[in-house]
Amino acid sequence: MIRLPLVLLFSAALFSIGVYGVLARRNAVMVLMAIELMLNAVNVNLVGFSQLWRDLAGQVFALFVIAVAAAEVGIGLAIVLLIYRNRETIDLSEVSLLKW
Amino acid sequence: MRVELAPIAPELLLVGAGIAVLLGGVLARRADPLAHLAVSLAGVAGAAAASVMLWSREGATALAGAVAVDRFGVVARLVLLGVAALALLLAHHTLARDGELRPEVPALILFATAGMTLLAVSADLVTTFVALEVLSLSLYVLTGSSRRLVSLEGAMKYFLLGAFSTAFFLYGVAMAYGATGTTSLGGIAHALAGRTETPALALVAMALLAVGFGFKVSAAPFHMWTPDAYQGAPTAVTAFMSAGTKVAAFAALLRVLDVALQPLGWDWGPVVAGLAAVSVVVGSVLAIAQTDVKRMLAYSSVAHAGFVLIGATAPGAPGIDAALFYLLAYALMIVGAFGVVSLVSQGERGTSLEDHAGLYRRSPVLAGLFALFLLSLAGIPPTAGFIAKVSVFRAAVEAGHWWLALVGVLASVVAAFAYIRLMVLMYMREPVGHREPDPSPVPRLVLAIPAAGTLLLGVLPGLVTDVLGKAAVLRW
Amino acid sequence: METYYQSYGVVLAVLIAGVALVAVAFGAAALLAPRRPLPAKLATYECGMDPVGEGWSQTQIRYYIFGFLFVIFDVESVFLFPWARVFEGLGMTAVVEMAIFIGILALGLVYAWRKGVLRWV
Repeated sequence: MIRLPLVLLFSAALFSIGVYGVLARRNAVMVLMAIELMLNAVNVNLVGFSQLWRDLAGQVFALFVIAVAAAEVGIGLAIVLLIYRNRETIDLSEVSLLKW
Repeated sequence: MRVELAPIAPELLLVGAGIAVLLGGVLARRADPLAHLAVSLAGVAGAAAASVMLWSREGATALAGAVAVDRFGVVARLVLLGVAALALLLAHHTLARDGELRPEVPALILFATAGMTLLAVSADLVTTFVALEVLSLSLYVLTGSSRRLVSLEGAMKYFLLGAFSTAFFLYGVAMAYGATGTTSLGGIAHALAGRTETPALALVAMALLAVGFGFKVSAAPFHMWTPDAYQGAPTAVTAFMSAGTKVAAFAALLRVLDVALQPLGWDWGPVVAGLAAVSVVVGSVLAIAQTDVKRMLAYSSVAHAGFVLIGATAPGAPGIDAALFYLLAYALMIVGAFGVVSLVSQGERGTSLEDHAGLYRRSPVLAGLFALFLLSLAGIPPTAGFIAKVSVFRAAVEAGHWWLALVGVLASVVAAFAYIRLMVLMYMREPVGHREPDPSPVPRLVLAIPAAGTLLLGVLPGLVTDVLGKAAVLRW
Repeated sequence: METYYQSYGVVLAVLIAGVALVAVAFGAAALLAPRRPLPAKLATYECGMDPVGEGWSQTQIRYYIFGFLFVIFDVESVFLFPWARVFEGLGMTAVVEMAIFIGILALGLVYAWRKGVLRWV
């Protein structure tokens, strides 16, 4: 039995790594992966709290998050792919027709 | 076990129509855009009828607590469906003109609308999340639907920041679940009300939910994606997403604040007030610096998110009433304004301020319509924008936030400069270049609808106050 | 009033601890690490053979759509497992609901098929 604080710490670390990745990475695919890390941190949290409250709703919610994350990655990759075909780059600092 | 489907009948109809259009586009031998438009509009009309039927059913929640059945939901849905109908008509015309009309466009608009209406009635954070994603994923694709590089770039920025914000929102939901053991809005309120001290987890949840919603309603300082996405998207799509996302996300935000986090009112009050003040100031000031009309309207939408938040700082029915009226007025004028831009411009060209110079000479009708919408955005009587601003300021003052109302008034004065400058360009200057605006009369007739609404609400706001007053009570 | 601010104190303490952790780690790294930038350090591999061409061009793009479709349908099946666990107690309603769910997924597949993405080009 893993104790809840450990689960929460792990999840917070995962989330923070994800945030760092989104902010620091310049490669769009890497940013996508960092976002995935953040979503999985949420899943860890949900499952941990579901244990705490002895309530299955949290785990079902985690399933929803997984399903939606898959759809999100699909669309994200499609957009990145289209940009790559147009520009031959996925470096975010080079994709800047619109000013930030 | 019987499942009661009437509370989500509008969403079912929208999704059904969307699937029909999508499959019709690939299965029919010859895809007819008019048929797609007809099916889409029929779906929207059916959804509107189904929502009106729910008016008299003042229930609590349905489908095991997943969605709320209340008048607030009915009104929010009707506003969203109206926006969707206008957007479908505009998109049909302008995208066909630019050679970018595909059956996927109306289908995605319908899916996004279903997500929006579901978001407006969600009574459980799981529903909120799913609805938010349905609407966001559809809009990411719509933003990038034109295959022009600007459009793709807008879509990518919108997507990356949108997904980033979703992660924050979800982390907040997980924290709320950890603090209370439930994800239903009513359940969270119940669990928090019974405590004497506020659990730290609930505070973290509140902060993260505020970040997530802040991104979706494009409140500063979470507005970075707004100008890029609005500029990059095909203009008809921009009209749709600027009005629809804001109405839907604010409806959900009001539910979360006034139902689930109602016991924490003292804690979220300052947060919302701060977001509101920053949004109105940042949006208004940056709107002046823009040289592109779509970007200018995008920053103005940031400021308007702030005005709605000013209304939302008043707890309970007065705040909801004021915010709802503001959202209705905002939806009318922003759809109209982007609608005019979609007729003046073509594709990605013709959206700069210069391109609108001398618009009055080229098309007095378009210039008149645009002037009306701009006056309303600036909050000058006799338009809906004026009444809306007065009502949110009054709600804020009555709740004791007079300083917020003051900031709001000052920011409106600053923002008015941006709108008036554009009007001066349209009326006082000679046209530059030889780009003619779209001459066809049908979209002008379509734009007459929001124009009439903007004027009518400005002159006779009493027409809707009764309905909105009845809708300002949230049930869960 | 003290108990009211206590929970804010907890949040604040966690925030400060988090920021401090990162600041100390990065600060120490910046202070202690020697900095000698060389072009070789930016190469994919610092030793061994030099990479030839772009890493991107090596993946066939036609795998992408198939991979994507697989992931979507694979992940949607996650909803089947909880359903399979409880559908006995729910009777016909659950069966009909799952049929609708799978039906919509099938329509998605029809769409993909008609769009021609299932053909191996």
